Amino acid sequence: MSSRDTSSRDTVFASIRASLGVTSQEAPRRQAVADRLAGHPRGLVPARGQLPEAERLALFRDMVIAAAATIDHLPSAAEVPEAVAAYLRSRNLPMTILRGADARLATLPWERAPALDVWIGPSDGRQLAGLSHAFAGVAESGTVVMLSGPENPSTLNLLPDHHLVVVDAADVAGDYETVWDRIRARYGEGVLPRTVNWITGPSRSADIEQTLLLGAHGPRSLHVLLVGGPTR
Amino acid sequence: MSVEITTPRFKDNAKKALADLPLQGALSKVGPGFIGKRAAAAEKLPEFDGLRDSARDIKNHTLAHLDLYLERFEAKAKAAGGHVHFAVDAADARAIVTDICQRLGARTVTKGKSMISEEIGLNDHLAAVGIEPVETDLGEYLIQIRGEAPSHIIAPAIHLNKDQVEADFRRVHAHLPPERDLSEPTSLLAEARGELRQKFLAADVGITGANFLVAETGTSIIVTNEGNGDLTQTLPKAHIVLASLEKLVPTLEDVSQILRVLARSATGQDMSVYTTFSTGPRRPDDPDGPGEYHVVILDNGRSAMLGGQLREVLRCIRCGACMNHCPVYHAVGGHAYGWVYPGPIGSVLTPALIGVEKGRNLPNASTFCGRCEEVCPMRIPLPKLMRHWREKEFERHLTPATQRFGLGVWAFFARRGWLYRPATRLAMGALSLLGRAKGRFASLPLAGGWTQHRDFPAPQGGTFQAQWRARQAERRAAPRQEASR
Ligand code: SF4
Repeated sequence: MSSRDTSSRDTVFASIRASLGVTSQEAPRRQAVADRLAGHPRGLVPARGQLPEAERLALFRDMVIAAAATIDHLPSAAEVPEAVAAYLRSRNLPMTILRGADARLATLPWERAPALDVWIGPSDGRQLAGLSHAFAGVAESGTVVMLSGPENPSTLNLLPDHHLVVVDAADVAGDYETVWDRIRARYGEGVLPRTVNWITGPSRSADIEQTLLLGAHGPRSLHVLLVGGPTR
Repeated sequence: MSVEITTPRFKDNAKKALADLPLQGALSKVGPGFIGKRAAAAEKLPEFDGLRDSARDIKNHTLAHLDLYLERFEAKAKAAGGHVHFAVDAADARAIVTDICQRLGARTVTKGKSMISEEIGLNDHLAAVGIEPVETDLGEYLIQIRGEAPSHIIAPAIHLNKDQVEADFRRVHAHLPPERDLSEPTSLLAEARGELRQKFLAADVGITGANFLVAETGTSIIVTNEGNGDLTQTLPKAHIVLASLEKLVPTLEDVSQILRVLARSATGQDMSVYTTFSTGPRRPDDPDGPGEYHVVILDNGRSAMLGGQLREVLRCIRCGACMNHCPVYHAVGGHAYGWVYPGPIGSVLTPALIGVEKGRNLPNASTFCGRCEEVCPMRIPLPKLMRHWREKEFERHLTPATQRFGLGVWAFFARRGWLYRPATRLAMGALSLLGRAKGRFASLPLAGGWTQHRDFPAPQGGTFQAQWRARQAERRAAPRQEASR
């Protein structure tokens, strides 16, 4: 930190304290802040997401579609390779897909889709289709939650024209708060991976005459492969 | 874009805007587009109003403990390997950003949409030191190639039509075949996507704004629909976040409450497409992501606002709903406001940030119809705060010249009776609003027709009215609508 940074920091904090009329040492204020950070109260969570599993998955599917994404509900993960191949074929895309090192993707029976070429690594912008495994889904808005790392590189979420995302039905939560608790359980309190991406539908822009167009800078298509759980 | 301030010429700006037909064509779509979508999104979520209360309470709590949450944010961001810089003012923030870029030998910088960048005039500054800034949000890109400022906080190019965009693309993308078809918005978008893809991959530094900073985890959050902000922050060597200090929230749960009202209020989506939580630089085993992560936290007058009535403005999450529902904004657009923040939020924020001398016109640019406060997800009492500024101005400067000037702006709107019509029909639903908005623009011939609407509701605020009447009696030069009452 340069000395300019230090003096600016002091100036800003002094001004905040003066306006609030505080010293930052008041025990009750410190306690209130510590309590909120430790307790992270949920606030008002919409009833919409608080559903039994079958209805929750149905809501997730409806909201994914409402966000202009597409969705396949597969009985088991073993069906994923053929579903990926079928998707690429239906869009007239080359039979090539790029994925990360996620063990749940690595152990799929890829031999079931022999025509499919599977590459592993981050995207450099030249691939048309990427496959990721979501950490979670959120039913209330049809959102998939992606965590950065070698398992599912962030560039796969952004650069390929078509983003295919596997979501385990058991990981579809009703609301965001449930997902935060699961992330805390994995990474610890107060710690996040470099990037948490909530993705709700494919990229879009309405900047030209407010006409909504898909495929602005990110993927033109988002295709969710929901795996397992009750189907209706 | 430079931040030349034309706010003192608001009345002239407004007159010009009213006579600008392409602008009026573009503005006629603002209300119909946004109002119905927000209303439908709010309608679909029974908890929407409860979430607004919750969002307001979270920000009130945060602002009252801002020193402590900032300390926590700083500690957590550093623990994740990030750098946190505090900037007292715009010059300070520009210097911090320039130093980082120069140390990294940056030649190109990609940028996600950031109002703070506009506020501090970053692009001109970077260009002046030989660094090319490239705006990547489509709307920001459009205004950058035109050399304009944004005219809306979430739809910066809302004042343009597609023919103007086509002409600009032909001018700026001169290396592309001239015979190409750019008649449809889809072809314009595809061309921008192609051009900017190259820039994303070549950039040395990515600069984004922040919709929120989370104290619990030391995280910055951006919310976009295009994905440009994500590419901006993922691909280059360094990610610089520009945030003002009121972007802070305590926890991930708190920001989840506020996110539930943000997109619904802005575009009527349940959630924007990309909500991205960034914490520190890439980790040792990450295959992608920036090698450095910097957060620049700007004050620029905000800490002083914490001390009084204006603290409430610091709850703003820049959703744009207040301008989307504002009859004055619908009539004159964003550029007339003369600086970075237009609409009702601009009218209360601008005088605080650029000084009451330059910004004093804006609190008068209001019909006091109250729609902004009704839709503000953070329940900011915008009309009350505009009155606060007007009263302050009248208390401070009772010289006739000053007062005439202040009244002049107000009377300018008062004479245009159609601006008041929405206020008389507040109870009408979104659908009827649409119909009326169209009808209003069909009858734009400016001053004509105002007489039939003379009985508009008087503006609230006894001090203002009392002073106005007193002053008029004194001058015996009553404005027309008073004289004929
Ligand atoms: S003042 Fe309220 S409505 Fe206006 S931009 Fe801010 S949060 Fe949105």
